[in-house]
Amino acid sequence: MKLRNDPQRFGAIALLFHWLVALAVIGLFALGFYMVDLGYYDPWYRKGPDLHRSIGILLFIAMLLRLAWRFISPPPAPLPTHKPWEKISAHLTHWALYLLLFVAMISGYLISSADGSSVDVFNWFAVPSVSGHQTGLEDTAGLIHYWATWAVIGLAGLHALAAVKHHLFDRDDTLRRILGLAPRPTTHTPNNTHNLS
Amino acid sequence: MLTLLKKVTIPALALLLSSMAFADQPGGTYKFDTKGTHQFVMFKISHLGYSWLYGQFNDFTGDFTVDAENPENSQVNATIQTASVDSNHAERDKHLRGDDFLDVDEYPTATFKSTNIEKTGEKTAKITGDFTLHGVTKPVTLDAKLIGYGDDPWGGYRMGLEASTTLTLSDFGITKDLGPASETVDIIISVEGIRQ
Repeated sequence: MKLRNDPQRFGAIALLFHWLVALAVIGLFALGFYMVDLGYYDPWYRKGPDLHRSIGILLFIAMLLRLAWRFISPPPAPLPTHKPWEKISAHLTHWALYLLLFVAMISGYLISSADGSSVDVFNWFAVPSVSGHQTGLEDTAGLIHYWATWAVIGLAGLHALAAVKHHLFDRDDTLRRILGLAPRPTTHTPNNTHNLS
Repeated sequence: MLTLLKKVTIPALALLLSSMAFADQPGGTYKFDTKGTHQFVMFKISHLGYSWLYGQFNDFTGDFTVDAENPENSQVNATIQTASVDSNHAERDKHLRGDDFLDVDEYPTATFKSTNIEKTGEKTAKITGDFTLHGVTKPVTLDAKLIGYGDDPWGGYRMGLEASTTLTLSDFGITKDLGPASETVDIIISVEGIRQ
């Protein structure tokens, strides 16, 4: 498989970005959902948020790299069978997901750094606060983070269902492409190669 | 000329003299110095039984009326904006504002209205009053100490006091389990009032 995308297929790097981010986003959502209800004496009361913040920051870096890669190696063209409304809604959804992810990650970071403190990424490095101590920032950022993350998961779910629709109903290569599989072999060609002679 | 003297100057002089005579009388109504923030409402609670955690409420107003002749007729009132809780930690303060603790969306203010003052010494008193926190009103008694009072360098007259009490969180419907050492919280109120 090639590293870069071509007009027909995704390359390995784009595929890796897509699936790693999908895994991280679903994992972070599940962890976030679970950790906010933990009691003060649950061992995961601290471990959960620590992991959530660390992976969140790494995801932010990955998304920046992914955005850069998208300009270096643009994604394949829409399939010839994709209708105009499908192309528009896919385009909008993909950009909405990019936007919502950045809003979610930045707002999350702003919650923890609203008192001027830095955010630790495991024990590797720390991201300093850009806001400094801002009264009430954690509440506003918290509200934004809550809604942005639910929006991401909702939209991502729709996005996944759309891919399944293309695969099962339209029977096209949309899902195969993002799985890195070759286009579906066709069962007939313009000039039937069944040799009768 | 004499009319001016009789009608204006003498009354003015009398007023001046009488106000000077009362200048060192502490009686009157005082408003907490909110603008200059010579006012603090702090709390102190045990963390795991291993250390003290201090925090404060940044936004609150209040007043007190001092009856110099009968100090026990004095009165203290305060209104605290619960969302202004500040323990210098964004995540903790966000959690404190939530429904596990202060539930500031539901209960944006905490108030104190004194109902009785009992002098216990020359500069000390027990101030009893109704304290409303988390929507629950209970009588509490503050141990208060008068720090000082008098003229300030800018034309005003001030009085300061410090009072403290211990509250049991569950009495006010705050039941989140923080461990056995953290069931009570000390409240320390240290304010300076400017006489109105």
